Amino acid sequence: MALLEVENLQTHFRTPSGINRAVDGVSFHVNEGETLAIVGESGCGKSVTSMSLMRLIPEPPGRIAGAIRFAGKDLLKLSDREMRAIRGNDISMIFQEPMTSLNPVLTVGRQIRETLMIHQGLDQQAAEAHAIEMLTLVGIPEPKRRVREYPHQLSGGMRQRVMIAIALACNPKLLIADEPTTALDVTIQAQILKLMLDLKSRVGAAIILITHDLGVVAEIAERVMVMYAGRKVEEAPVAELFRSPRHPYTQGLLGAVPRLGSSLTGAARRLAEIPGQVPDLRKPITGCVFAGRCALATDLCRQYAPGLEEKAPRHIAACHYSAKGAIAA
Amino acid sequence: MSPPLLQVNDLKKHFPVNRGLFGRKSEWVYAVDGVSFEIARGETLSLVGESGCGKSTVGRAILRLFDVTSGQVILDGQRIDDAHPSTMRQLRQRMQVVFQDPFSSLNPRMRVRDILAEPIRNFGLAKSAADLETRVTALMDTVRLPREALNRRPHEFSGGQRQRIGIARALAAEPELIVCDEAVSALDVSVKAQIVNLLQDLQREFGLALLFISHDLAIVEHMTHRVAVMYLGKIVEVAPRREIFAAPRHPYTKALLSAVPLPEPGAQRNPIILGGDVPSPINPPSGCRFHTRCPYVFDRCRTEEPQLRSAEGEQWVACHLDALPA
Repeated sequence: MALLEVENLQTHFRTPSGINRAVDGVSFHVNEGETLAIVGESGCGKSVTSMSLMRLIPEPPGRIAGAIRFAGKDLLKLSDREMRAIRGNDISMIFQEPMTSLNPVLTVGRQIRETLMIHQGLDQQAAEAHAIEMLTLVGIPEPKRRVREYPHQLSGGMRQRVMIAIALACNPKLLIADEPTTALDVTIQAQILKLMLDLKSRVGAAIILITHDLGVVAEIAERVMVMYAGRKVEEAPVAELFRSPRHPYTQGLLGAVPRLGSSLTGAARRLAEIPGQVPDLRKPITGCVFAGRCALATDLCRQYAPGLEEKAPRHIAACHYSAKGAIAA
Repeated sequence: MSPPLLQVNDLKKHFPVNRGLFGRKSEWVYAVDGVSFEIARGETLSLVGESGCGKSTVGRAILRLFDVTSGQVILDGQRIDDAHPSTMRQLRQRMQVVFQDPFSSLNPRMRVRDILAEPIRNFGLAKSAADLETRVTALMDTVRLPREALNRRPHEFSGGQRQRIGIARALAAEPELIVCDEAVSALDVSVKAQIVNLLQDLQREFGLALLFISHDLAIVEHMTHRVAVMYLGKIVEVAPRREIFAAPRHPYTKALLSAVPLPEPGAQRNPIILGGDVPSPINPPSGCRFHTRCPYVFDRCRTEEPQLRSAEGEQWVACHLDALPA
């Protein structure tokens, strides 16, 4: 059985100009110890999906429907109290901006201890010792001194390490990482990605990685789900997705990324553009969500939304013409 | 060979940090500390490096958005760094800028028409009202925005479209040099590709020189002619694109390039993981500024600062190693 099963997740927001269908009928699962990447551009609903899993969406104006089964329990049916026992304990989360997600007036040690004392019932001393252990685990030098420091005394990369230490303190079964390296410089990003890979093999938590960076996806994901305009448009094992993307949007995304080393192979080609804009999610969309920007779109696409179909083993995509698309790629 | 369009000689910019009682100036941030380079007409030079390396400060010093601490900036034979305000006004027409954030760099109260007309009026480029109108509509065509959009205000556009407006505004003055300060960094992948392609087309069409400031090495490789790599206020390596990406010489350049994750699952790579963080530019390390993180560090690096020297042809590297790692 999968660790996490999400069925027909719909997260809508009421706005003055209509209902924003930020996530509109998304289903997926995560197996134990697996790394699933959710990829897409701004506004595709990837972050709203992750916030919905943690039930961090304010209701109202938000409204979450569907089912989120974690280890057999539907998180949407739990009381707030039961949900609090899960957050930070069974499921924890790392955000993009470590400066805004750490409390500036508490020492990092206190922030790690807090999780341990609440969820694991450790006393002050045991929690302190475990906090130092966690800082050592995430590769912070001089952990005994660092536990007494405040977030502003640490660099961006160190703060993200502290966030990871807090997230992993209670040995969660699932770690949700929302753009964990986007705010970091590339040499620091390399450190953090390596750390996440090392810790994954040691701690064995499943990871949902949310990112727009296809390089990061290729580096650490096992399976990838591509979102566009609040829907899942494609899902496949990582190598398969990069080798033969079936959805025209995924193909467009992969073509639009310049690759390091392109000048050496003489492949100084023009970058592929995806023309047009993401549709307005406040208006109901008939037909395929990508039809307005798709080169292959026909009347069929504009009238009938394609369902997710298995195009190859474990590879699903929502496109009427994906067989054709694969050849065009 | 014709003289370069832009010449920067030993540019320094130090910012005071107010510390202590009554905000006495007791410390300095050595944001840019002795940087020299040239840009030819129609050429793209990229400044790359991580946060705080001083790349944006170099761009702003060239535009003279502030006075420099020392050094020279010369545009087509004329000193910019000590130019009188009236001369500066004339020089500004020849160099324009596109900023990173298209949301904060356009005046939300102005219509697109007025945003584009302002530089044309300021520099007296239009002969008549009709000429002004022709120029403004031509700019919209150039950046591939619909002419009807002229009467709309910035908030009605998406990020990519706003960046097109920002580019049109820079082009309105008919400049020879455009400083692009992280001009595509805030954009989504698919829109980024549109803007990168547009910049390349415009460069070809108008023979523009670009100073492309970016931390995104793949984009830089895609569109640049030459690259200067900065670390803590200094240039550590400068070379034509092919040399930098095929055979980086400076240990920092090597680490930087190897750290970029490739969009190829299972790609065989051995990233050089640098330990630690970038030191503070308030108290930069002695000797070579990279010595605290360099895997090849030896005694001389800690005391003596390496100067840029020619490694091969047009490739210049600031490193003490005799046999630079290839």
